[in-house]
Amino acid sequence: MDTGRTQEATVQGIAMDFTPHTDADLAVMMDRLGIEGLDELFAHLPEAVRSETAHIGDPLAEPEVQRLVAQWAQQNRSLTCFAGGGFYDHFLPPVVQHLTARPEFVTAYTPYQPEVSQGVLQGLYEYQSMICAITGMDIANSSMYDGATATVEAISAAVQATRRTTVWISRGVGPRIREAVATFATARNLEVVEHPLVDGRTVWAPDAEGDPAAVVMAQPNYLGVIEPYDPPITLAHDRGALAIVSVDPMTLGVLRSPGAAGADIAVGEGQPLGSPLSFGGPGLGIFALKQEHVRRLPGRIVGRTVDRDGTTAYVMTLRAREQDIRRHKASSNICSNQALNAMAAGIHLAWLGPDGLQRVGELSARKAHYLAERLVDLPGVRLAVDAPFVREFAILLPEEPVDVVQAMAERGYLAGIPLSSDYPEFPGGLLVAVTEQRTKEEMDGYVEALKEVMADA
Amino acid sequence: MPEPAGKASSAPLVGGSPEPTLIELSTDGRRAWSLPELDVPATPIDLPELAERLPGLPEVSEYDLVMHYTRLAHRNFGVDLGFYPLGSCTMKYNPKVADWAAARSEFTSLHPDTPAHFAQGALEVLVDAERILCELTGMYRATFQPAAGAAGELTGMMITRAYHTANGDPRTTIIVPDSAHGTNPASAAVAGYTVKEVPSNERGMVDVDALRSMLDDQVAGLMLTNPNTLGLFEEDIVEIADAVHEVGGLLYYDGANMNAILGVSRPGDMGFDIVHSNLHKTFATPHGGGGPGSGPVAVTRELAPFLPGPLPMRDEEGTLFWEMPAKSIGRVHGRHGNFGVVLRALTYMRALGDAGLRRVAELSVLNARYLESLIADHYEVPYPAPCMHEFVVSAEELKQQTGVRAMDIAKALPDRGFHAPTMYFPLIVHEALMIEPTETHSRETLEAFAAALNEIAETAYRDPEAIIGAPTTTPVHRPDEAQAARHLDVTWSMHHG
Repeated sequence: MDTGRTQEATVQGIAMDFTPHTDADLAVMMDRLGIEGLDELFAHLPEAVRSETAHIGDPLAEPEVQRLVAQWAQQNRSLTCFAGGGFYDHFLPPVVQHLTARPEFVTAYTPYQPEVSQGVLQGLYEYQSMICAITGMDIANSSMYDGATATVEAISAAVQATRRTTVWISRGVGPRIREAVATFATARNLEVVEHPLVDGRTVWAPDAEGDPAAVVMAQPNYLGVIEPYDPPITLAHDRGALAIVSVDPMTLGVLRSPGAAGADIAVGEGQPLGSPLSFGGPGLGIFALKQEHVRRLPGRIVGRTVDRDGTTAYVMTLRAREQDIRRHKASSNICSNQALNAMAAGIHLAWLGPDGLQRVGELSARKAHYLAERLVDLPGVRLAVDAPFVREFAILLPEEPVDVVQAMAERGYLAGIPLSSDYPEFPGGLLVAVTEQRTKEEMDGYVEALKEVMADA
Repeated sequence: MPEPAGKASSAPLVGGSPEPTLIELSTDGRRAWSLPELDVPATPIDLPELAERLPGLPEVSEYDLVMHYTRLAHRNFGVDLGFYPLGSCTMKYNPKVADWAAARSEFTSLHPDTPAHFAQGALEVLVDAERILCELTGMYRATFQPAAGAAGELTGMMITRAYHTANGDPRTTIIVPDSAHGTNPASAAVAGYTVKEVPSNERGMVDVDALRSMLDDQVAGLMLTNPNTLGLFEEDIVEIADAVHEVGGLLYYDGANMNAILGVSRPGDMGFDIVHSNLHKTFATPHGGGGPGSGPVAVTRELAPFLPGPLPMRDEEGTLFWEMPAKSIGRVHGRHGNFGVVLRALTYMRALGDAGLRRVAELSVLNARYLESLIADHYEVPYPAPCMHEFVVSAEELKQQTGVRAMDIAKALPDRGFHAPTMYFPLIVHEALMIEPTETHSRETLEAFAAALNEIAETAYRDPEAIIGAPTTTPVHRPDEAQAARHLDVTWSMHHG
């Protein structure tokens, strides 16, 4: 059959490009601009800064790209997750992913034009409302990058509010968060005083010298332990400092909120609300505070108002704090945040409702206690501290935990996070997290695998 | 009201009647959640600091949720719906194969504390993305921890500070152009620097003489976007870089406008020392209604020891592991940055390759210059230099003659099937409209958009009230922003009516 095409033309592949220009389009456009080649578009660039091409590789057709990605994907090992440390394998309902994949949300920019952005704006308003509900705070922003940067922003707000330069922080605040705080403190010449853990809980020395800008605790702390709220919050307020609590949002169905306990600012890693683990990002930085500190709030906030006809409308508000208006006097430099993750968190929280959030917390806690009891029955294994915990706990192993985690991974389990380098005071320490996702079978399998690993050692 | 301007546009731009909030849709006892029964013995547990049942969370069915958010989606515009010429934001088409990559379970289920040995694929992604970014920018090493452009800027400023401090020469001042993005001065200030502005000259570029007069041994660095926020290539860039380097300062490249120079020119060759890229602009990852983005920072060999860490390194057997750079400023993110965004960007970069990325630069500039030529009779072009991937026009004369402002033009566009450009930025242009068409939009789209803009200008001369009354086809019309700030209503428990 003669199709009128040559054999060569029918088998020629084409790499992806995503530009719609036909040769005819190019001819019309270049003709209007009076140029004969696309190179002429750059003729005014100084010769010294021009380059021929990058050295990235040949363009790939879509199936080739998929093969390449699959090759990378296959180099990750799928493990049953008992690791936490701020990032948790909670059940993520398919409806969350379905709704957050809507292109109207995914492919929108920051809602600068409220008339055509009511969907994102209302969704973020609802997210703010639900974050306030679970943290017990009055006002939440529409997200920060992650739990660590949210903590840094809270400290920055406290430093601006008090004009002080010392920060007191619990050693129970996650090590990665404390590292991000240290980075900021070095740049800004802040002194960070770490308050130690004794028997798993922070000891806030009541006779500590000086007046800090902020007192920062974690609830539960990195070892999974429930900290009493009152000592640090009272201490902060006695010294005229802001009390900042780094929360784990998935425990707030069972644990008292920082707002109810009297804290000034609640921050936290919001990944378990709506976002998959995804190697730690994109997650979600939660940031909420009491009304009296509203002018210190960093980032974007959505407010409800009316339009010129009196119709309810949502807009970004309190914009006068922000970098594009205040420039070097802004309360923060943040611009893009994690809006889509905030939308996902809102959908997930609404899916859970008050009872679902409580059920996730209870199921996780009961399962964590089951696994902890089974683990301490193993010879040589004991709890690192004797203190109440929710769904994460530290055990002490008779072997180096880095090696144990390696051997457990060979058996299909991500056994936890070794404490060796972050908390050398717990030799053999391993931080184990249990969510409602872990079945009895998986936990029993974990115990058996650990038994084998220790027997082999 | 004119007809929508062709296949590139849609009217109404968004739809949907007012949607109640979830708390208004809530009914006691209704639920969406579904969780398994406890499958282990229920031993008593000790929970001090116990919660009360939370008030303020809604009780709705899953179908309620689906209807609610689908209706909200109906009330929102995204680039998948049409042309989105927001200057400085590079709203190009986001290829779906990149979303496919990031949604693979081998990546989504990967815990960030997985030992490197079992996460080699993820580390390979970071290494390959770093290689390509360094090729494109002319830099030596890069970190992906910064989660957005502003986070990259702050990281760059902290690297600047660490570098000077290590030299025993702490400095006080960062210089930014008066046309700079607001994040530049804000980031420098957050890093503890005093910020000084260098004026632009009559060509819309950094005034080199003014810059020279500001340079001294207290200047830690200069932050610059190139092409700048007017869409103009800083033609004196080599001279600027030499002048800043002569006094010991560093040059910081704001990568917001890198789309224009992919495969054409490298910041490293211009003399920059630190470069951030916006993966959610240049490398086509979707912006999510405000994020997540990704703002990786690449630096010269000299500055590499100061990068945040840990960074992936390869051992003799080819296995990747994490290592902290020798003089690292420390972490700037809790884990490895917005990994899922990096994976999307890498998928895009590998698909396009050398030829495709250069074509991005060529066609983004071609589109901008073509569109500019189509509206130059109706709007003032304040600076005559040829534009790169975006351009700024002024509606100042139109305002003087008709009372119609840039804001009104922006509000009239949705009625004609188009999203508005960026307005009132950069600050040095009165009644600015900043237009960035990107390379993924067709000639027909550009022509239809130009026709809409020109018709607005013509209507403004004939019947200004028709423009000032816009928009009329959107679900809400000119929300009262002053009232939003005065009577703060930012949660549904605050709402009084």
